[in-house]
Amino acid sequence: MAEATSGGRGSSGLTRRSLLQGTAAAAAGVAIGSGAVTGFPTIWAQNIKDVTLTHVGGSYAAIKEIGDQAYKDLGFKIEMQAVDPGTQLNRSLTQPKSIDINNVDSAAAVFLAGKGVLRPIKVSEYKLWDKTVPIFTTGKFPDGKPIPTQGISPMKAGFYTDGSGKKLATGPTEFLTIIPTLYNADTLGIRPDLVGGRDKITSWKDLIDPKYKGKAALVDYAPVGIMDVAMALEAAGEIKYVDKGNMTKAEIDKTTKLLIDLKKQGHFRAFWSNFDQSVNLMASGEVVIQSMWSPAVTAVRSRGIDCYFVPLKEGYRGWFVGLAPMAHLTGLRLDCAMEYLNWFNSGWQGAFIAKQGYYSPVIETVQKFLTPEEWDYWYEGKPAAVDIKDPYGNLMEKKGAIRDGGSLWQREGHVAVWNTVMDEDKYLTKRWNEFVSA
Amino acid sequence: MKISPALASWLQVGPLAVILVLFFGLPMLVVLAASFFDFDHMTIIPTFILDNYQDLFTDPTTLRLYVSSLKFAVIVWVITLVVGFAVAYFLVFHVQSLLIKIGLFLLCSVPFWTSNIIRMISWIPFLGRNGIFNQMLMDAHITSRPLEFLLFSDFAVVVAYVHLFTLFMVVPIFNAMARIDTRLIEAAKDAGASRFAILWEIVLPLSKSGIALGTIFVVTQVMGDFFVVKVMSGGQSGSVVSALSNQIQELQYPPAAASAVILVIVLMLMVAGILRVVDVRKELAT
Repeated sequence: MAEATSGGRGSSGLTRRSLLQGTAAAAAGVAIGSGAVTGFPTIWAQNIKDVTLTHVGGSYAAIKEIGDQAYKDLGFKIEMQAVDPGTQLNRSLTQPKSIDINNVDSAAAVFLAGKGVLRPIKVSEYKLWDKTVPIFTTGKFPDGKPIPTQGISPMKAGFYTDGSGKKLATGPTEFLTIIPTLYNADTLGIRPDLVGGRDKITSWKDLIDPKYKGKAALVDYAPVGIMDVAMALEAAGEIKYVDKGNMTKAEIDKTTKLLIDLKKQGHFRAFWSNFDQSVNLMASGEVVIQSMWSPAVTAVRSRGIDCYFVPLKEGYRGWFVGLAPMAHLTGLRLDCAMEYLNWFNSGWQGAFIAKQGYYSPVIETVQKFLTPEEWDYWYEGKPAAVDIKDPYGNLMEKKGAIRDGGSLWQREGHVAVWNTVMDEDKYLTKRWNEFVSA
Repeated sequence: MKISPALASWLQVGPLAVILVLFFGLPMLVVLAASFFDFDHMTIIPTFILDNYQDLFTDPTTLRLYVSSLKFAVIVWVITLVVGFAVAYFLVFHVQSLLIKIGLFLLCSVPFWTSNIIRMISWIPFLGRNGIFNQMLMDAHITSRPLEFLLFSDFAVVVAYVHLFTLFMVVPIFNAMARIDTRLIEAAKDAGASRFAILWEIVLPLSKSGIALGTIFVVTQVMGDFFVVKVMSGGQSGSVVSALSNQIQELQYPPAAASAVILVIVLMLMVAGILRVVDVRKELAT
């Protein structure tokens, strides 16, 4: 300090200089370099290397490699735990301290908000909010059209009314429930070779078309399965819903009745309950049209069997997940958690999940971490200029392939309904059980 | 130091009693308590309501699920009993060499060296539409089109159950038969009894305890299953426990607890019924 004051420089220079000195001294003790290189303010503390944060989420999001990279960039450890949604909710509520970073599914946010287990995030604490795609920040698509409101949209799940985190808001506020980290648009998976071509399926109603009797499947998870069916029934003109994302009891009754009729006619070959089952049903040809997740489509294709995540005229079923720090975090651990949240969408993670077919909410950071060819394929919907590999270096698509559904906004821009949890979910489960056992 | 007989009995009973109380009794009480709670989305509200039971008893699905589970239990019971009895009979009375007997018995248990899940899942590529069995039938010109009922059907569920549970029938029946005094059978032969009469009049009654134990194993496992039914029926059939597991997945614990309590009561009644027909304790004591 003595040197600084006697240096006779301007006051701003002084501050900067003394700051630099201070950090240099602290940094000498810890071996973290890359945090500064990537431009992230790093917490300069001696004991940072002793910090381990537990990140709990679905297997598609809580990926070990991402935690390892965070450790490299930030200097504290991230332990990734992949669990099923029920376990995650359960632990969040009954053992909140077993989680530090909660990878919250958008529909689960409705359950978790107001329970005091998640720490609300101030917009000012999250540096990438301004760069986040507008579906999360303003509830609009980039072309200015408002996003659909059926189901749990980013507007319904994304904000608290105030800093207490007691109540969800219905539109943008200064208090975020989660920072969005990953989103996608889901549709039906088909076997083009067994339905007569990629152009043969154009509408959700094909899912219940008698042509595919005995060759259709649904996911055996009421909140999503009912949605796929509702899209089909509405497209076929069987039912007109007020809000598919939040059905009335009468609408649930009508839907299950039609479902039971279909089941009794032998329309459905199976109801799958995990990823592998959905892959095997499709790959073995037991099923030619079904509810599917995007990586399952890729998994079928990687066996050399054509499978197509078909764009449908009624639009996609959208969903998203995000991160929230748990409310029990304090002091250094909380600082680290916020660092981690700010690191998460800074590009590396976004590029990793892009290669699994998921989108990042902060697009410009991702572009820096993808090759131009990868960017064109995954985000722009252009034909692959080179072979496309997954994050682990395995071949995914051959040169010339085009992403199913096209570019980011051709897909995400046509989301018609969001994944949901209904007010009548208790009743829905009951009726769904009835349908499955019918 | 001499241990009094009373203390010795307590010491013998103690470990099992502690395990039963800690890992069965207490959790069961918790489940019982939870079955009277109310709930709302994510929270369980500790109160005392009968709604969960009322919903369960007024819902036609409950009866349908019990009928479906009982149907599977009966079919699987009959098949495993016939197969299990035959296998045990063969091992005990036809195979003369003790070494071969033990060898064959071990052979029966070989499939159990892999997990239940693997043994069950291996049926899927075998029975599927484009599976090995359908290919075989079509290549042999027995059928012209793949048989669809083979997989994702009640048939597939029964096949998997029989495959999984027959050994549970073989082992207790084998044990019971092995304790039959062979002199009895020789005496019957000398007295001119036919093979069937020996089977019916001597072997069967003396194997009753084994049959009862095997029945308990098989019936309770089928009634308590949800995984086999879910996978092999392709989610087309439900069981009592699959409905319960759906509820747990959606964190609706109180109704799941009520459903579990009723299932335990039903199973206890069934086991009591079996034990009433066959006094296992008496049979084992002789």
